[in-house]
Amino acid sequence: MNEVCFKNLDQKDPWSLKTYEASGGYSVWRKILKGELTPEQIIGELKTSGLRGRGGAGFPTGLKWSFMPRNANMQKYVVCNSDEGEPGTCKDRDILRFNPHSVIEGMAIGGFVMNATKGYNYIRGEFMEPFYRFEEALKEAYAAGLLGENLDGSSVSFDLYSHLGAGAYICGEETALLESLEGKKGQPRFKPPFPANIGLFGMPTTINNTESFASVPDILANGGQWFADIGVENSGGCKLFSVTGHVNEPANFEVPMGIPFKDLLEMAGGIREGRTLKAVIPGGSSTPVLTADVAMNMTMDYDGIEKAGSMLGAGSVIVMDDSTCMVETLTRLAHFYYDESCGQCTPCREGTGWLYRVLKRIMDGNGKADDIDLLMGVQDKIMGNTICALGDAAAMPVESFIRCFREEFEYYIEHGKSMVKG
Amino acid sequence: MISTKAQKQIDVWVAKYPEGRQSSAVMEALKIVQAENENSLNTDIIQAVADYLDMPGIAAAEVATFYENYNHKPVGKHTIRFCHNISCMLNGADDLIVHLEKKLGVKTGEVTKDGLINVKKVECLGACVGAPMFQIGDQYHENLTADKIDEIVDNLK
Ligand SMILES: Cc1cc2nc3c(=O)[nH]c(=O)nc-3n(C[C@H](O)[C@H](O)[C@H](O)COP(=O)(O)O)c2cc1C
Ligand code: SF4
Ligand code: FES
Repeated sequence: MNEVCFKNLDQKDPWSLKTYEASGGYSVWRKILKGELTPEQIIGELKTSGLRGRGGAGFPTGLKWSFMPRNANMQKYVVCNSDEGEPGTCKDRDILRFNPHSVIEGMAIGGFVMNATKGYNYIRGEFMEPFYRFEEALKEAYAAGLLGENLDGSSVSFDLYSHLGAGAYICGEETALLESLEGKKGQPRFKPPFPANIGLFGMPTTINNTESFASVPDILANGGQWFADIGVENSGGCKLFSVTGHVNEPANFEVPMGIPFKDLLEMAGGIREGRTLKAVIPGGSSTPVLTADVAMNMTMDYDGIEKAGSMLGAGSVIVMDDSTCMVETLTRLAHFYYDESCGQCTPCREGTGWLYRVLKRIMDGNGKADDIDLLMGVQDKIMGNTICALGDAAAMPVESFIRCFREEFEYYIEHGKSMVKG
Repeated sequence: MISTKAQKQIDVWVAKYPEGRQSSAVMEALKIVQAENENSLNTDIIQAVADYLDMPGIAAAEVATFYENYNHKPVGKHTIRFCHNISCMLNGADDLIVHLEKKLGVKTGEVTKDGLINVKKVECLGACVGAPMFQIGDQYHENLTADKIDEIVDNLK
């Protein structure tokens, strides 16, 4: 447990440069400055490590970095996505608070590999404590000569800045984030072109999640194979799981990929006294819900969760016990997506509104017999028909909640009240 | 319109972006002037920010209305931003919001008579392991209970 992003968690001032360096921090960066590592070697190690993007989509990081036109004669950027807003997710906040230097070093390494001399860390606007920590760490890194131009007399330069959001979940979507960084409304762009070709300020840009960047230094210090061996096939390394909801001790756990869900549940102190497990959302609110028996037989890795019928997403495990009304829970999620849709595509803008209003009417006791079919029809029309994945994210919970707990929706419509809460 | 102090603060942000890309600082600039204007914005202030950053007024207005963290009508000195998303809901946020509303004698969206506090329901603040939670100013308050809320609110001045 706690081998990479959280490895200094029990140390004094884990966020300080001193603590970070004492455990080997910046050793990879210093090697780079001495000319002892090439971009090709680094990409090779990352590919071996099996590191996949921790922001939700799980795209292999080494591969992503290899797409950048590193020799193109223009300014290039690396951007860190610390906009963490997926309901149930709260790991990047702790990385920024407790291990900001790992993000800085990871981004600097990325900058070197992709020949991008400038980076931005986009931190969600509410994260002021993490922002101050990160700023403090930046100051330390500049003072120590680890950031800036022609570092240590080499030809390597890297400048890093933080940028703050202002409250919009959609800015976590990478192209919306770029728009936002340019001082605009956070509305996703059409892809292609991908950011690696036309990104921030029109220049080639690579965006990774906070945890992805924070994992890079240790992978390179210990070797890609070391990281791969921590995890399982197709899911290299360890991963931070935020376990929240109806557990006794909600917390973030950094554990090897592939551990059984039931072990993770136990680490979080198990289900509340006198209650039984009812449902689990394994990867954040946008991923399909699973019933208890399916979850209890699932392993926590990309393939394991997919086999169970959901997705690893950002590793945000939301646990619900038998007191949970699934109609109420889905209504809350539907409200969230309705609220956060950027309004650019009709299926998402209108569809999320429909989903929320129909669910609200069921909750108000005014549900109609064909409302379930209506919900299924609307989610189906959103799915796959939008510019960005927020549309799918809004649709998937609806489909899965109704598929797994249909009788609760039927009961609510028929009786005008919750089957669980009465 | 924009104080010298605010201008200095805005300039720190402008310096982070490439030459000619000063409009990237608009989000922070709006927050800075909002803080100096009893926590809300109006068209004159938004225009002043746009002028300062040499960008079209409409572009700044779009930003000011797109993002959650700008206010366009008077709010309290302190805004309590109460998370009501899934992990907080599962841990009793709804009842605690009702408790807070009763204690303050306002509904979410309203400001207390003395102008001190308003309550806003917000989406996940990324602190779900500390659910239920709310934010006041820069600070998160986690693992809330009715007693804890009373204590925090009683100490707001
Ligand atoms: C609606 C929406 C919200 C997202 N929110 C986040 C987020 O908060 N943090 C994040 O890292 N990625 C988020 N993503 C994924 C990003 O678009 C992108 O895939 C990710 O930052 C890439 O980094 P990675 O490859 O390291 O995972 C979101 C995607 C969508 C569609
Ligand atoms: S899917 Fe929704 S959030 Fe994404 S671009 Fe379209 S309207 Fe905006
Ligand atoms: S659900 Fe409340 S902080 Fe995440």
